[in-house]
Amino acid sequence: MTNHWIDIRNADRIMIIGSNAAENHPISFKWVTKAQERGAKLISVDPRFTRTSSKADIYAPMRSGTDIAFIGGMIRYILNDLQQLSPAQRATKYNLTYITQYTNAALIVNSNYKGPGDNGDGLFSGFSASSSGTPGRLGSYDKSTWQYADTNTPATDPTLLNNTWTDWDDLNPKCVLRLLWEHYSRYTPEMVSSITGCPEADFLNVAEAYAESGATGKAGTIMYAMGTTQHTYGTQNVRSYAVLQLLLGNIGIAGGGINALRGTSNVQGSTDMLLLYHLLPGYLYMINHNEQTLDDYLATARKGRGIVTPQGLAGDKSAAWWWYNEDDPNSKKYIVSLLKAWYGDNARAFNDFGFNYLPKKTSTDDYSHIAIFEAVAAGIIKGMMVWGQNPAVGGPDAEGERKALEKLDWLVVTDLFETETAAFWKRDGADTANIDTEVFLLPAACSYEKQGSISNSGRWAQWRYKAVEPIGTAKPDLAIIDELTLKLKELYEAEGGPHAAAITRLHWDYRTTGEYANEADPNAVAKEINGYTWDTGEVVTSFTGLKSDGSTVSGNWLYCGMFAADGHNKAKDRDPVDASLNQIGLYSGWTWCWPVNRRIIYNRASVDFNGQPWDSEHPVIKREAGAWLGDIPDGPWPAINEADTGSKFLPFIMHKEGVGHLWGPGVAEGPLPEAYEPWESPLSENLMTGVTDTEAKGTPGFNDPCCYVGDLDGMNQRGASDEYPCVGMTYRLTEHWQAGQMTRNLPWLVELQPQPIAEIGEELARDRGIENGDIVEVSTARGSIQAVAVVTKRFRRLRIGNKDVDQVGVPWHWGYVGYSTGISPNGSSGNILTPHVGDANTTIPEYKTFLCDVRRV
Amino acid sequence: MAEAILYDSTKCTACRACQVACKQWNELEAEETTNRGTYENPPELSASTWNKIKFTELELNGEFKWIFTRLACMHCEEASCQNVCPTGAISKTDEGFVLIDQKWCIGCGYCVQACPYEVPHKDEHTGTARKCTSCADRTSNDLKPACVTTCPTGALTYGDRSSLLSDAEQRVAALGGSATLYGENELGGLHALYILEDSPEVYGLPAEPQVATKNSIGQWLSGLITAGLITALPFWFIFRRKDQIAVGDANEGGAK
Repeated sequence: MTNHWIDIRNADRIMIIGSNAAENHPISFKWVTKAQERGAKLISVDPRFTRTSSKADIYAPMRSGTDIAFIGGMIRYILNDLQQLSPAQRATKYNLTYITQYTNAALIVNSNYKGPGDNGDGLFSGFSASSSGTPGRLGSYDKSTWQYADTNTPATDPTLLNNTWTDWDDLNPKCVLRLLWEHYSRYTPEMVSSITGCPEADFLNVAEAYAESGATGKAGTIMYAMGTTQHTYGTQNVRSYAVLQLLLGNIGIAGGGINALRGTSNVQGSTDMLLLYHLLPGYLYMINHNEQTLDDYLATARKGRGIVTPQGLAGDKSAAWWWYNEDDPNSKKYIVSLLKAWYGDNARAFNDFGFNYLPKKTSTDDYSHIAIFEAVAAGIIKGMMVWGQNPAVGGPDAEGERKALEKLDWLVVTDLFETETAAFWKRDGADTANIDTEVFLLPAACSYEKQGSISNSGRWAQWRYKAVEPIGTAKPDLAIIDELTLKLKELYEAEGGPHAAAITRLHWDYRTTGEYANEADPNAVAKEINGYTWDTGEVVTSFTGLKSDGSTVSGNWLYCGMFAADGHNKAKDRDPVDASLNQIGLYSGWTWCWPVNRRIIYNRASVDFNGQPWDSEHPVIKREAGAWLGDIPDGPWPAINEADTGSKFLPFIMHKEGVGHLWGPGVAEGPLPEAYEPWESPLSENLMTGVTDTEAKGTPGFNDPCCYVGDLDGMNQRGASDEYPCVGMTYRLTEHWQAGQMTRNLPWLVELQPQPIAEIGEELARDRGIENGDIVEVSTARGSIQAVAVVTKRFRRLRIGNKDVDQVGVPWHWGYVGYSTGISPNGSSGNILTPHVGDANTTIPEYKTFLCDVRRV
Repeated sequence: MAEAILYDSTKCTACRACQVACKQWNELEAEETTNRGTYENPPELSASTWNKIKFTELELNGEFKWIFTRLACMHCEEASCQNVCPTGAISKTDEGFVLIDQKWCIGCGYCVQACPYEVPHKDEHTGTARKCTSCADRTSNDLKPACVTTCPTGALTYGDRSSLLSDAEQRVAALGGSATLYGENELGGLHALYILEDSPEVYGLPAEPQVATKNSIGQWLSGLITAGLITALPFWFIFRRKDQIAVGDANEGGAK
C-alpha cells in the first residue's frame, strides 16, 4: 500500500476492483465503513456481485480479465473532460498543477514511438516475437522508442504547462498527455462495454463518480488484490490504476493511493525480504551471471539509472535516483551491509565482501513459481523444500504440478498439517509403486506459538509475542531453518561439496540466552535486519548511517531505523495516540513502518509549491516556519518555492525524472497499458484492434505479447471457446484460507462453508439444466472438478462483442487431505482448472481467467 | 440499567465472524452441514447455533441487493418464552437479557413453540432448551458479548439501550429512504435492536410480532401444561434436593 489501512477512512471515493475486500480483508471494511459514514461513495467493479458489492453505492459488472479496457475507458473519460473544459474550468475541476508539474504529462517522447493503434497489429513499436516454443515468453520489446526524446534533460510542452490549449492539436504531438489521449481515445464507452460486458450506463456511472475525486482537495483510493495481479497482464492492470490515480492527483495524499491488499498477513514482509528471484532484500537488484565483481554489479545497477532532469517544470531537481549516484553510491552501502550481515568476518574488501558467495542468475531465465515447476516437470530440479505453501492445491494447473512432484528425488514440506503437497503420492490415481520421491514433513509452529514481526499491507512492522508453546515437536520456522543451516554448515565443513564456501562462511549466530539458548532468537535476527556497527554491535538508526567499507551490517536497508539508538525495537511500540495533523489517523507511534516511519509515501505530492496541503482538512505534511509538520516528508528538502534554483526537488523521488509515471517506459509490454485478451478468451478477435487469434500457444497482440506460456510436460493445454464457452475464475471465501489446511481442519469454519462450490448465473443454469444445489462438473482443457452449484443472480450473463458470455466462479480452497475435502477424488481444487501461464513482468500465474464448461453430474 | 445489542445491517458484510466467536466463547459444537446452494449455514438456529447471519438475494426498487440479517435471541421485554415456561427457568437480568436456567429447564419445549422469532431450541444431549445469553458471563465481567467484540465493521455494538436507540435513530435518519429501526417498541421493546435499509418484512422479521402469554397458551394447551407441570414437579423436587446437597457439600468443603 502507498497508504495504510486506517487511511482508507479519509477517502471521498473508494474503488474496489480486483479485490473482494469485504470477504478477504474483513477488517478493511471497518475503514471503508467509516469513510462511507463521512459520505464517501464506494464503487465495486467485479465480474461477480460479492459481499463487497453488497455494500457498494455503485456496482459495475465486467468480464474477468478486462480491467485495462475498463480503466482505459475511465482514463479516456477524464482526458476527454480535460479537453472539453475551458482552461479555467479545467483548473477548477482537476488538480492541473499536480497533473502537469508532478507527473510526466508534459514530457516529450521519442519521435519514433508508435502505439498499438498505429500499426493495426495491437503492438507498440520495437516488438520481436519469440522463436522458441513453450515454456517461454511469446515475445519481447526493444524499448528504445519508448524513451524521452532527450533522455537526460527531457523537454516539456509549454502549452500544456501554461494551460493555454483547447484542442489536442495545440499540444506537442509527442508530449505524454497527448500520446495518452491518442492511445486511450480508442477506449470509448461503447468499446469498453463491448469488451467488458459492463452496460454503458453502469460504466459511465463509475467513471463520473470516480473522476470527482480529481478535484483539488478530494481523495480517491483504489483497493486491489489478486483479481488485479493474477493475469498475464497483471502488472499492466496495476499500471492502469497508477495512470488513473496520477491524473486525479490521488497519489501521496490522505485517502488516496494505490493500495494492494496483501493476500496473507506477512506478504508485505516476505516481499520486503525479497522471497523473489529477481531481487535481493530491500529491493536491490539480483545478481546476473556476467557480473563477476561487485563493481560489475554496481555498474549494471547504475546503467540507465542516472538522474534525469526534466526542463521547464517548477521543480528542477529530480531527487533521487540517489541509489546509484557515482561517488560512493547508496546501492553499494546497502549491498555491502547485506553481504556483511550474511558473511560477517568472511566479508572483507579483498574478497568483494563475499560477493561471489552469492548465487547468480542468467539475465533471461525465469525462476518464478511457474518456471520452477516447469523445471521440476522437465527433471532439472531434483529436490525441493516447500515452506508454508501448498502448490498441490495453490499452484496453477495443479494436477500438472502434482504430477511434476513425482519426478523429485526428495521433498521437504514444512507446515502445520500434512498438506496435499506432502501427500501428493497418496492422491487418487497416483501410481505410488513408481514414485521414488522421499518426502519429509517438518511440523511447524503456528503464529500464536512463536514471536517475531509481521509487516502488514501498510508496511507497518508489528512485533507479535508467543501466546502458547508449540504442540508436540513443532517448532518455529526460524528454529527449523537455524537447525538446518547449522547442520548444513557442519556437513559442508566435514565433507565439502560444490560451492561449499557459500554455506561454510556464513555468519550464523542467532542463539542468545534463556529460551533462545538453543534456538535462534528472533530479536537477534531483527537487530541484524535493522543493522549495527560490526565492531561495536551498536545499532545503526538510519540507512544514511550505513557504510560501503564493511564497517556496518544491515540485512535490509529499508528496515534500518526500526531500532532506536538504545536498542529498542520500535516494532514493539503500541502508542495509541494519533498525533498527526488534524488526526488523519497516521498513528505514528503504533509500531514502525518503512521507510523511516513514513506512513504515506510520495507525500511531497500532497502539497503545493509552497508546501501547503492540497487538502487542508486532511493534511499529510505541511510547511510552516521553514519546517515540515506531520508525517515524515518524502525527503527533508524545503518546498519547491522555498528552495534555491537547482535544488527544487520534485516529489516522486524514486523515479529518476522525479515525476509520476503516466508514461511508463520500463514495463515489459508497453509504456501504456493496452487491453489484450486473456490467454484463454471467449473471443477470436481482439475487439480493440481486430487482431485475431492465430497461434496455438497464444498470439502477440491478441494476447499479451510478452506473457509467459508454460508447458508442464504437456499438461498445460489451451482450451478453445467452442468446447469451453464460459469464462472461469478462481477466488477465496471469507471462511477459508488459501490452500485450506488452516481452515478446512477447523469444524467451526467448515460448518460455514462445508463444500466446494461453483457459482453460476440463472441463465446458464437454465441452459444446462442445473438446479441450485446440484452437483456439477466444471471442466477446462487441463482437468475437471466437481462442486455444489450455487445458482445466483449475482452472476450475470454478459454481452461481449456480439455474443453472450457466462461466467463461472470457483473457490480454490479444497483438496484431498484434512477434515473437509472436495467432492471429486482430486479434491475439487479450483486450480485443477487454471493454466500454467504467467504475467509478462512478474510471471505471477493467471489464476483469474480461463475457459471452462459446466454440466450437471 | 437496560442494555442492548445494536445490529446495523447496512454495515454488516456477512463475514460471520460473529457466528464463530459465539461458538468459541460458548463452547458450542460445530454442526455437520452441506452446501445447499447458498453461502448461508447452518440452515437454522439450533441448540448449538445461537447466532447466525441470514443471506437474502432480492430486488428492491428495481435494484439487485444481497442483504444480511442477524438471527439470534431478541431478548424481548415481553418475553413469550418466559411467559410460557412452566418451571420458571426463564428469567430476565437487570440489563434486560433473557436467560434459560439450564438447571431448571425440563425441556418441555413450550418456549421453542412460543417464541415469535424461533430462537430457543431443544438440545438433544442436555434435554434442555438453549439459546443466546447475550454472553451474560462476559457482560457481567465488563466484557462485550463475543459477537460484538469480534465484529470487524462495527455492525454490532453493545451498551446502554437508550443511548444505542438514539445512535440508531440518527443512523436511520442519515440513511433516509425506507430505512427502519426495529426493536424499539416491538414486544415491549427488544434488547436486540436492528437498523434496516428497508421494512422488517424484507429482512424476514415479523413487523408485528405477538406475545404468547400464559393465558393464551393456557387456552390452547391447558391440558398439556397441566401434564407438563405434573411431570415437572418431581424434577423440581429432585433439583431442589440436589441443590441442597450441593450447598451442603460446599459448606463441608469450606469447613475442612
